[in-house]
Amino acid sequence: MSCNSDQPDMNRREFLGKSVLAATATVVAPGVMLTVANASEEGASSAVRWGMLIDTNKCADGCTACVDACNKENGIDLMQRPAGQADEMWNAQRPQWVRKVKLRDKQTGEISNLPMMCQHCEHPPCVDVCPTGASFKRADGIVMVDRHTCIGCRYCMMACPYKARSFIHQDVAEQLTGTPRGKGCVESCNLCVGRIDAGNSTTACQDACNKDGHQAILFGDLKNPESAIAKALKAESSHQIRADLELNTGVRYTNI
Amino acid sequence: MNRLTGIRRFAGVLVGGALLLLSTGVISETAVTKGSKAAGLDSCVAPTAVMRRNHMDFLKHDRNMTVRKGIRDTQYSLAECVGCHAEKDNAGAYKPVNAEGQFCSSCHSYVAVNLSCFQCHRKTPEVKSGSGTAMKSDGPFQPESLGLLQSPDQPVLLNRDELARLHATVKGD
Ligand code: SF4
Ligand code: SF4
Repeated sequence: MSCNSDQPDMNRREFLGKSVLAATATVVAPGVMLTVANASEEGASSAVRWGMLIDTNKCADGCTACVDACNKENGIDLMQRPAGQADEMWNAQRPQWVRKVKLRDKQTGEISNLPMMCQHCEHPPCVDVCPTGASFKRADGIVMVDRHTCIGCRYCMMACPYKARSFIHQDVAEQLTGTPRGKGCVESCNLCVGRIDAGNSTTACQDACNKDGHQAILFGDLKNPESAIAKALKAESSHQIRADLELNTGVRYTNI
Repeated sequence: MNRLTGIRRFAGVLVGGALLLLSTGVISETAVTKGSKAAGLDSCVAPTAVMRRNHMDFLKHDRNMTVRKGIRDTQYSLAECVGCHAEKDNAGAYKPVNAEGQFCSSCHSYVAVNLSCFQCHRKTPEVKSGSGTAMKSDGPFQPESLGLLQSPDQPVLLNRDELARLHATVKGD
């Protein structure tokens, strides 16, 4: 028997999920719009699982290269503060996909820094609670929000143990083509999904961290034993933050 | 009764279709704006008549492929609509496709259909180089300017217990 019974029984859940899928497949099929196959059909594959390994020792105090890079990559820096909004409100409400967290152990005084973003959980609570299916996990493990179906209820924000999600409170005047954004939807780190789908092998934050000479962030395929990240994970002990929740996060940390 | 409404609906469609034909004929042959890339092309990604009738279904179908499955080389994409149909003004800057009189809005306002794509989607093609907005930078980075970023002077205080909770606790260990 499982020692902590308050945890979801994943086997049962998988079984339920499969039977629901099987049931809907037959119903949905006749209504599916028939278009000419117009794409390669090569999308996200479950043969890979994208993840990150962050070396907390290498993450420099006071450095915000990754946060900066993320803001540029995803057009967060294009957002304008609504006229007359107070600093406090603006700072609390603007989206943030990755944040620097600084920890100090009260006993020893040891300080550690780490970048914190969506942890791309294998069993994401944000997906569990979403009433519309907008919060979803791709075949390759990337957890994202489909803004077309997000109703902005923010349930996922409450469910996420990592405070990883942001809500867009205001109309947005300008977006990047690759990162649509508008009032009333929730968003979070998507592991630079556009770059990855385009065949890139690094995220914007990793590039920025490397450029500044810290090399604290390593992105890659957790399922490929030959990848740098899989080798690093094998070689040294790493941690999931809030591992007690058993979400099997795709983002892992060493030296915390 | 059922049959009657069916016939009525069919008649409605006929009349509507005739009106549409008439009106497009009266206003102009095409909604494509002069200064756009599309003006120099023979046809859209599908025949014009097909696009007029089905573009919303195509977009909806392919957006799901892209967002959900990560398939990016779909035949239909809103980014491409914008790329081809945005018109440049005299100064060489793109006009938003949903601005008055522009490709998307001209038809949509004519038929009084709300065009909500551009609440979230970019309305002009992205200009990559030069003063492109994609790499916009407004001065040195201020950590305090970010919401919820912990100030470097005030680290989070944790006791041993809390710190332990941050660390991995392998079940059954
Ligand atoms: S970290 Fe939060 S937003 Fe990311 S997958 Fe887990 S629950 Fe969802
Ligand atoms: S805010 Fe959007 S993504 Fe989050 S739970 Fe509600 S509908 Fe789902």
